[in-house]
Amino acid sequence: MGSDYAIVGGGIVGLSVAYGLLNLGETVTIFDEGDLAFRASRGNFGLVWVQGKGMKQPAYAKWSRNSAALWKGYAQELEEATGQTLSLQQDGGYGYHLTEESLEQEIKDYTWLKEQLGGDYPFEVLRLNELKKEEPNVGTNFAGAVYHPEDGHVNSLQLFRALAKEVRRKGAKLVTSVTIQKVETAASGFRLTDDSGKVYESEKLVLSAGLGSMKLGPLLGFKAPIRPQRGQVMITEKIPKLMNRPSDTLRQVNEGGVQIGASAEEVDLDDRETPATLAKLAREAIQIFPDLAHVKTVRSWSALRIMSPDGLPIYQESLTCPGAFLVTCHSGITLSAAHARLLPLWMEGSHTAPELDPFGEDRFNV
Amino acid sequence: MNNYDIIVVGAGPAGVSAALEMSQAGAKVLLLDEQSSPGGQIYRSITKTSPELLSALGPSYSEGASLVNKLAPSKVHYQPCATVWQFGDDGILLYSVDGQVTQATGKHVILATGALERPVPIPGWTLPGVMTAGAAQILLKSSGVVPEQAVLAGSGPLLYLLATQLIRAGSPPKALVETQTTSDFIAALRFLPRTFAAWKMMAKGLDLMREIKKAGVPRYKSARDLTAIGTTQVKALTFEAKGIKHKLDCDSLLLHQGVVPNTQISRSLRLEHRWNKRQACFHPFTNGVGLTTNDTYSIIGDGRAIGGAHVAVLEGQNTGAFVAASFGFQVDPDRVFKLLKILEKERAIRPFLDRLYQPPKEILTPKDETVVCRCEEVSAVDIRDYAKIGCLGPNQTKAFGRSGMGPCQGRCCGLTVTEILASENKLSQQEVGSYRIRSPIKPVTLGEIAQADDDN
Amino acid sequence: MFRRLKPQGQKIQIFFDDQEIEAIEGENLAAALLAADVTHFRSNPVSKQPRAPYCMMGACFECLVEIDGQSKQACMIEATVGLKVGTLKDISGVDDE
Repeated sequence: MGSDYAIVGGGIVGLSVAYGLLNLGETVTIFDEGDLAFRASRGNFGLVWVQGKGMKQPAYAKWSRNSAALWKGYAQELEEATGQTLSLQQDGGYGYHLTEESLEQEIKDYTWLKEQLGGDYPFEVLRLNELKKEEPNVGTNFAGAVYHPEDGHVNSLQLFRALAKEVRRKGAKLVTSVTIQKVETAASGFRLTDDSGKVYESEKLVLSAGLGSMKLGPLLGFKAPIRPQRGQVMITEKIPKLMNRPSDTLRQVNEGGVQIGASAEEVDLDDRETPATLAKLAREAIQIFPDLAHVKTVRSWSALRIMSPDGLPIYQESLTCPGAFLVTCHSGITLSAAHARLLPLWMEGSHTAPELDPFGEDRFNV
Repeated sequence: MNNYDIIVVGAGPAGVSAALEMSQAGAKVLLLDEQSSPGGQIYRSITKTSPELLSALGPSYSEGASLVNKLAPSKVHYQPCATVWQFGDDGILLYSVDGQVTQATGKHVILATGALERPVPIPGWTLPGVMTAGAAQILLKSSGVVPEQAVLAGSGPLLYLLATQLIRAGSPPKALVETQTTSDFIAALRFLPRTFAAWKMMAKGLDLMREIKKAGVPRYKSARDLTAIGTTQVKALTFEAKGIKHKLDCDSLLLHQGVVPNTQISRSLRLEHRWNKRQACFHPFTNGVGLTTNDTYSIIGDGRAIGGAHVAVLEGQNTGAFVAASFGFQVDPDRVFKLLKILEKERAIRPFLDRLYQPPKEILTPKDETVVCRCEEVSAVDIRDYAKIGCLGPNQTKAFGRSGMGPCQGRCCGLTVTEILASENKLSQQEVGSYRIRSPIKPVTLGEIAQADDDN
Repeated sequence: MFRRLKPQGQKIQIFFDDQEIEAIEGENLAAALLAADVTHFRSNPVSKQPRAPYCMMGACFECLVEIDGQSKQACMIEATVGLKVGTLKDISGVDDE
């Protein structure tokens, strides 16, 4: 017999939701593709990030902050359960600005956002001399940074492994190396068919298939107006501590490597890396931390973000097939805590569920 | 500005002979190589070796001089010390020489980057003093440095060759510990071609063994459970042979289980690769003259399939002639076909060698405690655990536990990870696949990456 | 553990972690260090265990050393007069929050 929930997509988003549902006592089956699938989870930047989120949509800023605030307890729980450290660090982060103009614009935007949120939105502007006190290794040839105290980062690979381990331990069924081709309603819920024709059943269904939701979403009455957006990143060899806090373009992971990112390119389903884009990322990184010029790059990679038209997550229960939920976003790490803690309450119709209307699909009705 | 008819990457026997072939036909050829002198690993430092060293290394080495010496007077633009770290689909390459980045474009690119030694993951193989047999040979060729009190372990013709070279250099190994068994030999016999060339090769092998015996170097056969012992430096090798446990003290342990194509570049180009069961490794898929699934790229030599130096030279000539002709340069129209015939004969011995020196299972899928990824210290048991929680392929092992993410970029663990996942998930190696390789092909500084530009 | 056969070429001095070492001009740096009984080229950044050259052909990165503030493969470099070579900086401390 089928599970309470079928979760289509075993990336960070799917695993986080699965973990949350398992905590509520639901049974879940997770469907995941093979080794070479487009995996946004693999291309992430490991940030637990509030800065820059919802600059034009305060509800998203709030949702990201909620998740960031839940992260500490969530990480602790996963660490205790799995014995796997997640290397979570949440003592603030920066948004570096190379030019005065871009810094000024950012200050304007944050001032507006802070007003919208009734003054509850902490941030500080650090010019080079103040920044230097916090990050002694920064260069002198850029404008400065916006500091947000609630930002942080986590070792996303450790998070991935902990979630994969823990959902298994809690009894999730894992069906790997399959692509779900068809989803439809059935007498007792939903029927899923994979690429080999095998059929599965479940009472409810979560569509967290990343780009796969583009195809599957409409079968369940979702608009799923998402598109791929390529992000290229690099990671260096392991070096002694160079930076204390992460930024949205540069962070030193707990193992010692410096991660440099990320581009945002509209190139459809092409997940290859390109030298010109990597060169630009490298130049900007060196402008902020000049010592990086002599550090070896071990790898580049690129992955496809899952973007909605306004960049916000989509959380929608199907209007035509109740019990089917679309969950998609491009900030799977930041929102992992909220997805694990809060989304399952919404799916289960709990009165303590958060207000998710701003993330519904009717915002795309013109 | 840096436009060439053909760019050849790798100046071993395959690359040098291809470059010469095409240059003689009138093509403008750039030959890029990472080493400071041409010859590849097999003929490493051949243009600089002293006569004494030449005699210790023997004729299989010194014969390379006649080929490599043709390079200097030729019109080939030879660039040593060049690390090529980005390969574009369209034949645009980026390479660094001493930190300076150059972009070069070839209408066609021939990859001749040779082989890597098959990883030999045994417990303790990360200890200082444990190195590959090939590494010891390079020390000898490039610098006249020899290991003392060395134990040679594994399987493959290189072990016998190295043993005799060390004997002649005055530093005989303490012992030869061989993993192949009598049943390997019997199974291999049916692949032995009944040709004069095959018997000549067998005779050469027997000569090497006689020389080893004469020098009093003990040989152990059918060895299993190889373990390198030591804490900060290898002190001994333990193993079991014919039911008896052995412990041989040593100062260095030289491992070998044959060589496999270096597919880092062909993987980065996302060319088609196929698992070759006989050689237990992936081969880039090529047609008869070495053309890959991207028309701009060919692959020759050991990087295409292990064939050895003679085959590499012939493939260089063959593909070189074909590519030159296809760009309209003067080539004897029969040459390509004649070379193909000779190649067929030269390759005939391979199935026999492949079967005879087939790596044992304990090397392909090592014991749990064995380190598989040397850079990130991921053990076989870790990979098996990832498989248990849903890890299907090598690219997922990166996310599950960092294997393949260190500076060697998966060169030392790729095949082992594929084998372990295949065995755990009951899939074929082809289905499991391999690491996806991306630029930079070798680690270069961010400063170098920053130099790559559209207007470069 | 490793011995140089009849030295060919000019004897020079190089430095490994400030210690003077004899080498032959133009010889492979990793070979020069091994011949001078250097057994510990670097520590693995994960396990901190000692490592030394494994492949000698630029593939394994076990011979990484620091030259001019950069990590370099000793097996891909030639010894030059007065070359200053050091072990890579210890990275412990990155992960100590």
